[in-house]
Amino acid sequence: MSTTEVSPARPAAASGAGPSPARRTRTFEQANRRLKWGMLAPALLFVGLMIVFPLVYTLNLSLTDAFGAVNAGKGHVGLRNFTDALGDTRRFWPAARRTVLFTVGAVVLETALGLALAMLMRKTFRGMRWVRTVLIIPLLTTPVAIGILWLLILDPTNGIANHLLTGIGLPRQDFLGSVSQSLPTLMLIDVWQWTPMMTLLLLAGLTTLPAEPEEAARVDGANGWQRFRHVVLPMLGPTLATALVLRAVDALKTFDILYATKGAGGGSDFEVETLNVYAYGLTFDYQEYGLAAAVLVLFTLFIVGVVVLLRRRGGRKAA
Amino acid sequence: MSAPVTAAPVPARQRRRTARSWLRGIAIVVVTLVFALPLVWMFAAAFKTNVQVTDPSVGLWFRPTLENFRNIVEAGQIQRSMGNSLLVGVVSTVLSAVIAVPAAWAVGRFAMHRTGSLILVARIVPAISLLVPWYYLFAQMGLVGSYTVLILSQMFVSVPLIMWIMISFFAGLPVELEEAARTDGLSAFGAFWRIALPLAAPGTATASLLAFVFSWNNFMFALVFADDSTQTVPVTLFNFISYASTDWGGLMAAATLITVPVVLAAVLGQKYLVAGLTSGASKG
Repeated sequence: MSTTEVSPARPAAASGAGPSPARRTRTFEQANRRLKWGMLAPALLFVGLMIVFPLVYTLNLSLTDAFGAVNAGKGHVGLRNFTDALGDTRRFWPAARRTVLFTVGAVVLETALGLALAMLMRKTFRGMRWVRTVLIIPLLTTPVAIGILWLLILDPTNGIANHLLTGIGLPRQDFLGSVSQSLPTLMLIDVWQWTPMMTLLLLAGLTTLPAEPEEAARVDGANGWQRFRHVVLPMLGPTLATALVLRAVDALKTFDILYATKGAGGGSDFEVETLNVYAYGLTFDYQEYGLAAAVLVLFTLFIVGVVVLLRRRGGRKAA
Repeated sequence: MSAPVTAAPVPARQRRRTARSWLRGIAIVVVTLVFALPLVWMFAAAFKTNVQVTDPSVGLWFRPTLENFRNIVEAGQIQRSMGNSLLVGVVSTVLSAVIAVPAAWAVGRFAMHRTGSLILVARIVPAISLLVPWYYLFAQMGLVGSYTVLILSQMFVSVPLIMWIMISFFAGLPVELEEAARTDGLSAFGAFWRIALPLAAPGTATASLLAFVFSWNNFMFALVFADDSTQTVPVTLFNFISYASTDWGGLMAAATLITVPVVLAAVLGQKYLVAGLTSGASKG
């Protein structure tokens, strides 16, 4: 891999960095390779070791019946854990379904709202600094604290949310106290916490767009919506695609707020148990290491699949 | 600016524009309130008595009390946990920056983008799949429950995060300066150390601040690896939910204490944090 990278035929400016790619590569080519690898090695080794060993270990574990103490004896059971997981319609498949529902719902809403907010805040206004400060606070706040704060607001009997609902004549809701409402409620909390991230990413994307195409469309008589739909949105495609992938990956892996508000197993009826929560429970509550590893392998493959799919589709749209 | 118009449409258009800008202003205010009010409600609840917390009609006008804070501080755990979080956050961030910033520079300047993108893998893999093997490994070394494990596991999040942000930051620095320095006889390392690194100070600060915040917030690693004496704040808060579920005031006071540093960081470093979040686009 290193040979292709130092080859001068590959311009370094693919990243859009320097104005003179050829000269730049040439100058830094002269630097010895030892330096380059010396500077990279600690970080790469660290991340590599922290990730390669666990992945190999997990793969190996998924083929065993490891149970109980971490270092207890274990026998190889072939693919039994995988067939067990894939045949489990009580915990595994519902968890997979919840993971998908939660992610799709949250990411779609966050993208739509994030885009709307970004367009709203696109032109500078007085107090923009403060609005941006308010926007970054939710996504920098500890998810456990966010969970607690919404537990208070949404408390079925004493929460302000029900106070306001009944105040305008709507029926009282159980929110996180209800089996059917917990997952949608947590999804909306995720939307509250992460829509600002989408907004900031898209705002950053919007500021890099050239002004001319929009100006041209305006001169040609396109109205605001048409300019947005046919000029801004296509140009924003790559940013949108990147933001979508990043948010989807994080949403799939959501754990903290689910675990903090509903506890182990995602509630009494497993109502918010996603694959991540399920794998955590198998590992640390039931010590079913073998089965947990199989679930994690399937989960990881699923995430990689989503990333590949989104990237390919996003790439095509952007092209 | 759009050329000749008759007398009548001008005021109409102007009116429409004013109306629109008013609507926009109102929309922005509403959005801000939607994101701010839940947190304001939490901060307010921290200063209420337990009777007031569970009475939604009390609202935001009440006589504040420090009772909740006094109670949780007297219990003692919260300040120990904040100390632990601070320690883990600072040490893991500094160590991560020390190895990640040079690596990011190497990726940027030697065009090793394929190597750099390996870092992305760290973002995709679910952390739980790493926890069991780490747990096994660290248990063998007798390290579970120690600060070392908390710091090492946090570095696994911080190193890719800092690299991710710094790669794009170095890409934005004019390479000419370093080239000029090389021509004047500095080594490649000298160009990094004397030229690029000082110029990258704002980026490094941004990346480190974000890494610290994500460390401060990390719940899962601490849940697995910390013991009672090394517990970090999110775990303390979580234990508090089940253990003191009726003590809303104390819960809110604890949640407020953990959130205040983040709010301070957001207010003081808004510009940098936004730049870091959008270049890194990463929550760790």
